[in-house]
Amino acid sequence: MSYIVKNLSEGHRELIAFRVGDQEFCVNVMSVREIRGWTPATAMPHSPSYMKGVINLRGAVLPIIDLSARLGMKPTEPTQRHVIIVAQVHRKVVGLLVDAVSDILTVSEDNVQPTPEIASELQRQFARGIMAIEKRLICLLELEAIFPDAESEAA
Amino acid sequence: MDMNEIKEIFFQECEEQLAELESGLLKMNDGDRDPETVNAVFRAVHSIKGGAGAFGLDDLVAFAHVFETTLDCVRSNKLEPTQDVLKVMLKSADVLADLTNAARDGGSVDESRSRGLVKELEALANGELPSPSAASEAPAAAPVPVAAAPVKPTDESGFEPIPFSFDDFSDDETFEITFKPRFELYSKGNDATLLLRDLSRLGEMSIYCNMDALPGLDELDPEAAYFYWNITLKTDKGEDAIRAVFEFAEWDCELTITTVAAETEAAPAEELPMVPVPFDLSALDDGTDAPAPEKTEAAVAVAAAETASNVTQIASAAARVEKKESAAAANAAAAAAAQNNAAANSAGQTIRVDLDRVDRLINLVGELVINQAMLSQSVIENDTTGTSSINMGLEELQQLTREIQDSVMAIRAQPVKPVFQRMSRIVREVADMVGKSIRLVTEGENTEVDKTVIDKLAEPLTHMIRNAVDHGIESPEKRTAAGKDPEGTIKLSAKHRSGRILIELQDDGAGINRERVKQKAIDNDLISPDANLTDEEIDNLIFAPGFSTADKISDISGRGVGMDVVKRSIQALGGRINITSRPGQGSVFTMSLPLTLAVLDGMVVTVAGQTLVVPLTAIVETLQPEASAIHSFGASHRLISIRNSFCPLVDVGRILNFRATQANPVEGVALLVESEGGGQRALMVDAIQGQRQVVIKSLEANYTHVPGIAAATILGDGRVALILDVDAVVGASRGQALRQEVSLAAAG
Repeated sequence: MSYIVKNLSEGHRELIAFRVGDQEFCVNVMSVREIRGWTPATAMPHSPSYMKGVINLRGAVLPIIDLSARLGMKPTEPTQRHVIIVAQVHRKVVGLLVDAVSDILTVSEDNVQPTPEIASELQRQFARGIMAIEKRLICLLELEAIFPDAESEAA
Repeated sequence: MDMNEIKEIFFQECEEQLAELESGLLKMNDGDRDPETVNAVFRAVHSIKGGAGAFGLDDLVAFAHVFETTLDCVRSNKLEPTQDVLKVMLKSADVLADLTNAARDGGSVDESRSRGLVKELEALANGELPSPSAASEAPAAAPVPVAAAPVKPTDESGFEPIPFSFDDFSDDETFEITFKPRFELYSKGNDATLLLRDLSRLGEMSIYCNMDALPGLDELDPEAAYFYWNITLKTDKGEDAIRAVFEFAEWDCELTITTVAAETEAAPAEELPMVPVPFDLSALDDGTDAPAPEKTEAAVAVAAAETASNVTQIASAAARVEKKESAAAANAAAAAAAQNNAAANSAGQTIRVDLDRVDRLINLVGELVINQAMLSQSVIENDTTGTSSINMGLEELQQLTREIQDSVMAIRAQPVKPVFQRMSRIVREVADMVGKSIRLVTEGENTEVDKTVIDKLAEPLTHMIRNAVDHGIESPEKRTAAGKDPEGTIKLSAKHRSGRILIELQDDGAGINRERVKQKAIDNDLISPDANLTDEEIDNLIFAPGFSTADKISDISGRGVGMDVVKRSIQALGGRINITSRPGQGSVFTMSLPLTLAVLDGMVVTVAGQTLVVPLTAIVETLQPEASAIHSFGASHRLISIRNSFCPLVDVGRILNFRATQANPVEGVALLVESEGGGQRALMVDAIQGQRQVVIKSLEANYTHVPGIAAATILGDGRVALILDVDAVVGASRGQALRQEVSLAAAG
């Protein structure tokens, strides 16, 4: 505990890394509530293509977003091995469908490099920056940008 | 707890007191002359005044004071509570409510109205009082409770006013004051420190804190009041000034004031059973910005430590007591008072609970029910013998879960009384405005229904009451001409019937003028001129959007957003509304509402592989369409003939975009539904799974509003199912954009 406190106070933060397709992404661990396995979702009418539907999370109705489709990559065909990252964005709780959780990282602000300009419009909009960790490229996502305003987003 | 929170509690209590006041006055209006009723009314006004005084709400105090003075005349039988007197008092209660609201929300009140009422109230008090000066000079001359020492708290409801003159108190006099606060004093936000400080301003004062009632730490009730004070005060202000200090606290403490001769001044201190602890008032007086209570505690704690053998124990005890010191003697007195006030307390004990907590509990119990069902399911699947102890345990669990669910739902259930009481005020005001004389009779106001339903009921009900007063009841002249009682009657009743609450609003007015309604509907293009309608159909035209029969647009009703908005808000609650009217005898509006919004009776159906729930209230009938009954109409529309009338067929799967092409109607089931416009539609679904009570879950909480979907629920298998918004689906089938719900507030 003291280790984390010390690190965070020095501008470090903890990130949770996961795989979507063949790429790696990460989000701030503070916004992640829990990680759970895939359960079949109930489809929602009139919803965007990346909206997988809703599931029952201990009595709350939890919308599931296919992160791959949301980032403009090919839609995920969810299986038992897929993972849902339950995250708090603004005041809502949403589920992110990803392939697998890969790592928990502690990085400092210095590790984050700006997103290169060759990235697609969508990626640049959602990415806070990129990082090189152990020769891997990990893209730091800004959840608030992925769900800028849930109201206008899905309507 | 900061000041705003305390203030919020005060206003909540005010609401309760106002309800108490109004129901008491209404009882008196009906001829109740029970002194306890009068006392309850008096107490309500007095409590509001007391609290308002503590928060410096001067307007409220001033008005409540005049009101209280007049009520006291009634209480002491100096003023006969006739109908006329009670009319003024009911109006005063309304103004008091307005002033309270204004104090809370910062709005303004109709000052001319309150000033006029003050004059009327004063006139009532003056007119009947033996000495007019006594009533006009408000606080000092209001009957001051003085009794031979010691004053018993049980006297509070029946004390005798004893007049006294200022001549008795010339120059400096010495008073012996015993001030024993009861627990109630602190619970109402008063503070002994402040009272004592005020007292010290009157003159030279010495004060002793008596702690002999303080129990050991193991018996200490942190909420109770254990300390009391013996005060010797030398002042030239007189006893009434001392009483004035305790004015707002007098009901919540034992207060004895005796005059002593100068030479015995110091004696009482020696007579005290315990070693008197010097109480340093200067410690209380030095800091005005720091909260005073802490200072008292600190002083008390230190003082206690000096006298007790076990220093630490008492010091910590005193510190833990916080602001709740008092004498144990008060307990016995309180018990006696409780007996005396048995009638007032018979309402039962209640606690205030944050609504969010109850809702969380309800959610959790909903979860429990689902989980229990899932657990049973898997046990049954894995246990073929069916006789194991697990099975028996599960059955018991199921029973317990059901009981818990029922009890939790009962927590949210509230009597409709507050809403009905609000209506009586509306009737009074609107009747006054239109110059009619109308009596509101309420029945079954203790019928209980979910709090959400009650909250949402007030708006449509207000609308309907205004309509009934404005349009329903005729003017007194017309009524007399028709041979009726010039005073109109509106009856509002509530009762439970087959798992729903039935609310009836009945007036004895002229009834619906069908000719005019029909003409108006034709003028507004709602029906064709040659339409042949039954009486019932004509009556129900008033619920059609854009219908208003008011010839002149008045302040009260008839703004063109009348009954259709009422109907829509009732339907939004999952309810139905109906009208029956008899010319010359009046109309009856009947509303049937669900007891709770947390659960819903629904039909579980399958559409394109998805499970949906259709609210049962919307479904008129279900049928299996035959190929011969289906007719194509235009490019993509189809009609189904049901008993020789054609009804548009709506494919739910298509509307919700679950499938690209229309399903074959013959393979599915048609649900005949009635929508808000009154039109019928046949909704096509693939199959009916069954009928079930489902717990409603919000989609908006984590997602957003979805057109065509009202909410979500969780089925026994743990999966989410969507609840169909029938009105929106029907609207979409008409080619309308799926629109947001219009609330009454926005419309009218």
